[in-house]
Amino acid sequence: MPYLPMPPPVPYVESYGFWEGCKRHELIIQRCKDCGTYRHPPIPVCPVCQSWNQHWHKVSGRGTVEAFTIVTRALFPGMLVPYNVVRVELEEQKGLLILGNLIDCHPDEISIDIPVEVTFEDVSPETTMFYFRKAA
Amino acid sequence: MATMRDKYAIVGIGHTDYSLSSGRSELDLALEAIMAAIEDAGLGFNDIDGIVGDYPNRVDPMTIATALGMRNFGFFIETDFGGGGVPGGLLHAIAGIEAGRATSVVCYKSLNGSSKLTLPGFAFAVEPHEHGFTRPFGLLAPVAYAALSARRHMHQYGTTSRQFGAIAVACRKHANRNPNAIMYGEPMTIGDHQNSKMIADPLRLFDCYVEADGAAACVVASAERAKNLKQQPVYIMATAQACGPYLSRGTKDPTIEENETSYLAQQLFSMSGLVPSDLDVLQIYDDFTPFVLMAIEDLGFCSKGEGGPFVESGTIEWPDGKLPLNTSGGNLSEGCIEGFNHIVEAVKQLRGASTAQVKDAEIAMVCGANGVATSGLILRR
Repeated sequence: MPYLPMPPPVPYVESYGFWEGCKRHELIIQRCKDCGTYRHPPIPVCPVCQSWNQHWHKVSGRGTVEAFTIVTRALFPGMLVPYNVVRVELEEQKGLLILGNLIDCHPDEISIDIPVEVTFEDVSPETTMFYFRKAA
Repeated sequence: MATMRDKYAIVGIGHTDYSLSSGRSELDLALEAIMAAIEDAGLGFNDIDGIVGDYPNRVDPMTIATALGMRNFGFFIETDFGGGGVPGGLLHAIAGIEAGRATSVVCYKSLNGSSKLTLPGFAFAVEPHEHGFTRPFGLLAPVAYAALSARRHMHQYGTTSRQFGAIAVACRKHANRNPNAIMYGEPMTIGDHQNSKMIADPLRLFDCYVEADGAAACVVASAERAKNLKQQPVYIMATAQACGPYLSRGTKDPTIEENETSYLAQQLFSMSGLVPSDLDVLQIYDDFTPFVLMAIEDLGFCSKGEGGPFVESGTIEWPDGKLPLNTSGGNLSEGCIEGFNHIVEAVKQLRGASTAQVKDAEIAMVCGANGVATSGLILRR
């Protein structure tokens, strides 16, 4: 069951690889082959050195909550509230941020700097979502 | 770089009533605001030879030109980024005149933001590079992005919800002097703000703008041309656009200290030759209270992290504050006309015609929405 009753993400050119990684239950982040900088969401050139050479790099999936919100009022008809949105800083690089949801967690348990780790859920044959869990 | 400081002026302004349900098309509203601005300038329709609209357009410039029988066009443009683009539209108007393609340019904004009565099939463009990394996780409206930024600021600097509320209370106070404000006649205390419904923690209902139906417009011309027109000109000392280092919409690169608002401030102050203490009145885009607080810091009115104490100090409240903010009520309480209401109010202040008139107001700033790209103006009488 997906955490939110939302349409699944639609992969598009730069992001195909990312969602394929999710199907393998791997969190992969685009990384510049020349300067090693990670970037997310994926984009064609490196924002630091403008190189076109990049590859997908499997990351640990561990990070900390950098920001969060608890949405308590439905922003769209039919949305179930409350739900959380978290912004996670992945441990591989300072400022490497990824948006997601924290699952199996009460809103009161969420605060900035708590450690989290990635988890995956096959919500359909076509789509695997990634989520975060509080790290042990 | 050749300076255009004071070479251009706003020579006319116009706007409709702002309401929760206009019952009119956005074209209808735009025409009223534009015709009022042209009349205010003492110009005729055929004097207008340039138009600045917005993108994506609810009311495209060609429809305006056709409706008003305008024949002398040399310049038209649509400025992107909604509230971030609005002040930058005046930069575009100036560019058209500098290029010798126009002499009198109308800029406008029109929307049925409350009633949603709009062109069938109208849609904002999909966020660039979004690629499914925001909406599937429930970031479905800007309030959610604002909430993330607000929470981060509270964590880094100890900013509180009550401090966000001080901004809401000030704007409501000013709206209560403005009969055209949607929230006219509805006072708000800090207690009311704190009791208002939570939308996306930490943001409450009263941290968010009031959706509105309405339109506003202005006419830009050279200072030379302005001398012969109807109103005392309001001179444009500086206008600029700026872009922030955003990883995706709503997520600024945290390894870079500056953002679009600080880049904007550098440009506006360098073009005008002014410093923050020269400003008499501020109109800062207020879709959400935390963004106003952060803009006050990034524009240089106080240091980073000091925005909370600054807005609680009384400084932003008319009539006793040194730097009154959003003196017609802003998007928060006058109604969201995507910041064009801020331009109109800045001009009124400098003409001595505001409903919360700052004594001897000489210099006003308009700062656009943040979040990806922004723009701004410094105006003087």
